[in-house]
Amino acid sequence: MFFISFLDLPIMLSLKKFKVMRGGKEIVKGIDCDFHRGQIHVILGANGSGKTTMANGMIGIYPSQGKVILDGVDISDFTIYNRAKMGLTIAFQEPARFEGLTVKDYLLISSKDKSIHDVESALKMVGLPKHILYQEMDESLSGGERKRVELAAVYLMKPKYAILDEPDSGIDVRSFRKIADIILALRDSGAGVILITHSQEMISLGDVATIMADGRIVGRGDPTEIRELFLNSPCPI
Amino acid sequence: MSHLIDEVIYMKDVMDEKYKKEYETLIRYIESDYPESLDGRFAGMVVNSNRVLFANSPEGIKVKWIILEDNALNVNIRVDPGIRIDTPVHLCFGILNKIGKQKINMDIEVGKDSVVKFVSHCIFPNSVDISHLMDARIHLHPGARMEYHEVHIHGKSGHITLVPSGKVRVDAGAEFKSYFTLKSGIAGDVDIDYEISIYDDAVCFLESKIHGREKDKIKIKESVFLKGNNSKGIIKTRVVLRDYSFGDITGEIIGEGDNSKGHVDCMEVVFDNAVAKASPIVFAKNPKSKVTHEAAIGSIDRKQLITLMARGLSEEEAIDIIVGGLLR
Repeated sequence: MFFISFLDLPIMLSLKKFKVMRGGKEIVKGIDCDFHRGQIHVILGANGSGKTTMANGMIGIYPSQGKVILDGVDISDFTIYNRAKMGLTIAFQEPARFEGLTVKDYLLISSKDKSIHDVESALKMVGLPKHILYQEMDESLSGGERKRVELAAVYLMKPKYAILDEPDSGIDVRSFRKIADIILALRDSGAGVILITHSQEMISLGDVATIMADGRIVGRGDPTEIRELFLNSPCPI
Repeated sequence: MSHLIDEVIYMKDVMDEKYKKEYETLIRYIESDYPESLDGRFAGMVVNSNRVLFANSPEGIKVKWIILEDNALNVNIRVDPGIRIDTPVHLCFGILNKIGKQKINMDIEVGKDSVVKFVSHCIFPNSVDISHLMDARIHLHPGARMEYHEVHIHGKSGHITLVPSGKVRVDAGAEFKSYFTLKSGIAGDVDIDYEISIYDDAVCFLESKIHGREKDKIKIKESVFLKGNNSKGIIKTRVVLRDYSFGDITGEIIGEGDNSKGHVDCMEVVFDNAVAKASPIVFAKNPKSKVTHEAAIGSIDRKQLITLMARGLSEEEAIDIIVGGLLR
C-alpha cells in the first residue's frame, strides 16, 4: 500500500471507519480517508469496487456507519439536504430528468446567489449555448448536455466539497476541455473536489489519487503513479 | 321559451350595470394572464352561469348562441376557411354564485386550412354546490389547426361537479391540440370523456394536468381513433393526488389507418391516502399501425427528490418543485 505525504492544505472532509451497507451486504468496508481543501482528489477503482456507493453514502443517500466530518462538523446523521446546506454535494453519474423544469429553473434553484448572471456564466463555462436555458431537463437534452448542466449546478452551489461521479462519461472529446475547466474552477474557488473517474485525462487533473478495491482503500498517492498501479496490478483492483 | 341571439357584439360600454359588475368580477381572475381582457378589447365571450355577458368576434369568426328551455347554453363558433387568427380567442365560463348549474353545448367548426387558438377559463370561485357540464362537438376541416387551452380556477372548498365531454373530428392534414389544466383549488368530482377521430395525415395531442386534493374524484377517459393513414395521436396525462382523492385515468388509442402512430403517456403521483388507477389501452386494428403506452403510478421519483435535496432544497421544497413541474 502506498502513502505519500505531500499535503499542507487543511483537511476539509474526513471519513472515519466509514461503512456503507447495501442489501444486507457491506460494500464500503471501514474507510479512513482525509480530503483537503482546494484539492482535486481522484478516486480510482474497478467496477464494483465501491466508489459510487461510497459517494452516495457520503452525501446521505445510503445509510452508513462511522463518521463523515465536514469542516470540523460531524455530519454523519445529517440529511442530504442538510449536508448540501453545509456545503457537501454531488454531481450524479446519471443526472435525473425533470419534466416541466427548465435548465434555467434548475440552475437558479442550485445557485447559491440566485443570480441569472452567474447561471449564464456557469452555462458558458461548461460550453452550453444560452438558448438551452429554456429547454426542459428531460429527454430534449442529450445525456452529455444533462451532465454538463449538472456540473454547472454544482459549481453554482459554491460548495465546500463536491463529489463528481464520472463527470466525463458520455461527454464528447471536444467538450472535455470545458469539463476540465469547470472542475479546475471549482478547485480554484477553494472547494475540494472528489473526482471519481476511469479516464486518463481526468486523472491528470488530480492533485492526489486514491485507489479502491472491494470496498477498501488500497493505495494513495500521485495520480499518475496510482493510475499505473491500477493498470498494472496483477490483483483485481 | 328560448332566446336566439345571432352575431350580437356586446361591448363592455353598452352592458347594463348588473352585467358589467359580473363581467368585471369574472375577468379579475384572469386579468394577470390576459390584461387585455379587462378593457373588453379581446375576441371571445364571457358567460356567467348561462348569461352571455360579453361576446366579440374577430373577422373570420362567427359566434352564435341560444339559451334552451332547460337553461342550457348552446354556443356555435364557426371559423371561416383559410383564416389565420393570430391572437387567442378567449372563452370564459364561470359561475359566481355559490350554488348553480351550467350546461354548455359547444359546437366549434374550423374551416379548411384555418388556424385558431382558444383559451377557455372555467371559473368557479365561490362553490358550495356547482355543476359545470360541457358537451363539445368540434370539427376541424382538412388542413385546419386548432389549439384549445382549458384552464380551471376553482375555490378552495365546496363541491364542484365537472363533466366535460365531447367528440372531435380531425379531417385530413388537420392538427388538434388540447390542454386541460386544473391546478388551483378543489377539483371536485371530475368526469372527462372525450373521443377523437383522426383522418389521413392528421395529428392530435391531448394533455390533461390535474391536482386532486381532499376527497376529489378524478375520472378521465380519452379515446383516440387513428382512422386515417399516417395519422398520429398522443395522450398525455399528469395527475397529482393528495389526501383522500381518487384518480381513474383511461387513455385509449386505436390504430386503424396504415402507418398510424399513437402513444399513451400517463403519470399519477400519489401522496397520503390517495388512490390511483391508470388504464392505458392500445389497440392496433391494422398491422401497419404502431401504438405504444407508458403508465406510472406511485410516489414522487426518488432520484429527482435526491437530486434537488443535494442542491440544498428540503424534502418539502423539492416535492413542490417536482409536482409544480409535472403540472406546469
